[in-house]
Amino acid sequence: MGEYKFSIEKLPEVVSGLKEYRVYAPVKEEEGEVVRYKLIDENTRMSIGAGEEFSNSNVPPKELMFPETETLFKFHLGEGRMEAPSLDDKRVVLGIRPCDAQACSIVDNLFGWDFADPYYQKRRENTVLVGLACSSPCSNCFCPSLGGGPAEEKYLDAIMFDLGDTLYLRTITEKGEELAGALSGVLESATDAEKSAAEKQAGEALEKIKRSVDTKGIPEKLPSLYDHPMWEQFSDRCLGCGICTFLCPTCHCFDIQDEVECFDARRARMWDSCMFSEYTVHASGHNPRPTRKQRTRNRISHKYSYFPEKFDVIACVGCGRCINYCPVNIDILDILEKTKEARAKEEKTA
Amino acid sequence: MMDDSNPYLPYTVRIEDAWYETPGDRCIKTFKVNFTDDKVWDTWSHKPGNCAMVGKLGIGESMFCISSSPTEEGYLRFSIMRMGKVTQALHDLEAGDLMTVRGPLGNNFPVEEWEGKRIITVGGGIGQAPLRPVINYIRANKEKYEELIVLYGSRTSSDICFQGELDEFMADQECGCHLSIDVEEEQWPHFVGFVPTLLMEVSPSPENAVAVTCGPPIMIRFVIENLLKLGFKPEQIYTTLENRMKCGIGKCGRCNVGPLYVCKDGPVFSYETLQKIPEAFA
Repeated sequence: MGEYKFSIEKLPEVVSGLKEYRVYAPVKEEEGEVVRYKLIDENTRMSIGAGEEFSNSNVPPKELMFPETETLFKFHLGEGRMEAPSLDDKRVVLGIRPCDAQACSIVDNLFGWDFADPYYQKRRENTVLVGLACSSPCSNCFCPSLGGGPAEEKYLDAIMFDLGDTLYLRTITEKGEELAGALSGVLESATDAEKSAAEKQAGEALEKIKRSVDTKGIPEKLPSLYDHPMWEQFSDRCLGCGICTFLCPTCHCFDIQDEVECFDARRARMWDSCMFSEYTVHASGHNPRPTRKQRTRNRISHKYSYFPEKFDVIACVGCGRCINYCPVNIDILDILEKTKEARAKEEKTA
Repeated sequence: MMDDSNPYLPYTVRIEDAWYETPGDRCIKTFKVNFTDDKVWDTWSHKPGNCAMVGKLGIGESMFCISSSPTEEGYLRFSIMRMGKVTQALHDLEAGDLMTVRGPLGNNFPVEEWEGKRIITVGGGIGQAPLRPVINYIRANKEKYEELIVLYGSRTSSDICFQGELDEFMADQECGCHLSIDVEEEQWPHFVGFVPTLLMEVSPSPENAVAVTCGPPIMIRFVIENLLKLGFKPEQIYTTLENRMKCGIGKCGRCNVGPLYVCKDGPVFSYETLQKIPEAFA
């Protein structure tokens, strides 16, 4: 597809040129250093280029497809009529990282499985993903282990490379090319210079990634380690805060609640976490996963065994968020490494 | 099937009749309901074992088995034990009131695969609700099955769910029906003891048979143990699982046992499948 470039100063023009779309981009929130994706306009200072570099947003852009809280339908108490929201807006996400785009493709399996989820799917279909290749991966990134990479294009509609004063833009899909068409006034044709600079940057970024895991065999091995003492060991210090799941780009669990204000009401769904004991507790009080040990085991097994058994893909992209933000330094790579060790030991003694 | 475009939107149903099956704190109330929009019947199709999300707008919804067989036409039945917020709200409803139903959901008992076989149902307490559609389906298609044996136990004689129908089965020469209560009562003419013991007392042969058991998890565990002792193979034993659910369509995550979603891959499982999943009876 097409190769373009534009000066970093023209970023606001790019945004205003996309008037057909609602534009989302990473924005540093005023207080603290939290970066998350927000609806922007040409006046918003976004975290793309010009010294605004950051490894990745704290909150993954999954919230654009699967909001933290969303209305399933509205109703009026005492009446049977239910009204679901229309989600027809065309949207573009500027600056999504390749790993977070890969996460969307993983979660697509779940929301498209048998009963299609219209809320997720409509948003997904109406959204163009314009990625930004990573130039400075974080110390806990391990995306290459899950088939990704700092400049992986596979799950994007277009990808940008931050080359300092210039952003190099390559379109990948029809959706991406259509978007470039809307920006014909701002975009210039890219030259070989930008192209090779982008390639160089991608190569350097890949070298900066220091952590990895060999996932081969883990999905098959995990179920046999159900009773292994390592689960106790890893969950010992877990506080059950749920941050590893809320900030995971592939975690998709939700709760459904009815919210009533006078007679106006809505049924809404909101992110939930398998790390909370209320998540599984029955009305009778019985809880099939009463301790953090069982919940930790379920979280890891779901990502690395149950999900791939069902959908043939591991539900992890190696973004490193669950490691970065865990308040007690529980490290998924340590757990995976231990899994392999434990299994190897068992095979040896068998 | 449900509205293809949005599986979260429930149907509205009107309660035609509602009555209590059992008394007490954890009483069971049966609701006979019909869709307010008659056209739903054109596309609705369920099988014994299928579930549905039943709820009240403004309160929420929970998963229940459809306790009527598809051979009972023109209505759906749900038998619901009072247990929490949603079930309390549902119990407050009477004939004429509206509820919501989202379904049919989940898989079903393979009643067609079972044709030509002897069917043994082993139920305890509210566990008779998912067995009721199996029993009624088989009774409506008698010629297709070799035999039907119904075993049912409850804590006391006043805790018997579907008492009238069980009395009918007792009177039916073609159906072997065996009742038990946990503790001795005056004038109780049937077996006294737990359901797994009743099973050993009746001792059905595994020959060309399928056993289906539903009830409290502890009962299921011992019934399965005894069925194996009687010579039943894991693939001849079926049960249902339950877990907390929100979406009912395999998305919200919480009802999994190992790699299986109870809402979507279940609620019906053969013991052949469950014996491989350590979390199945947690």
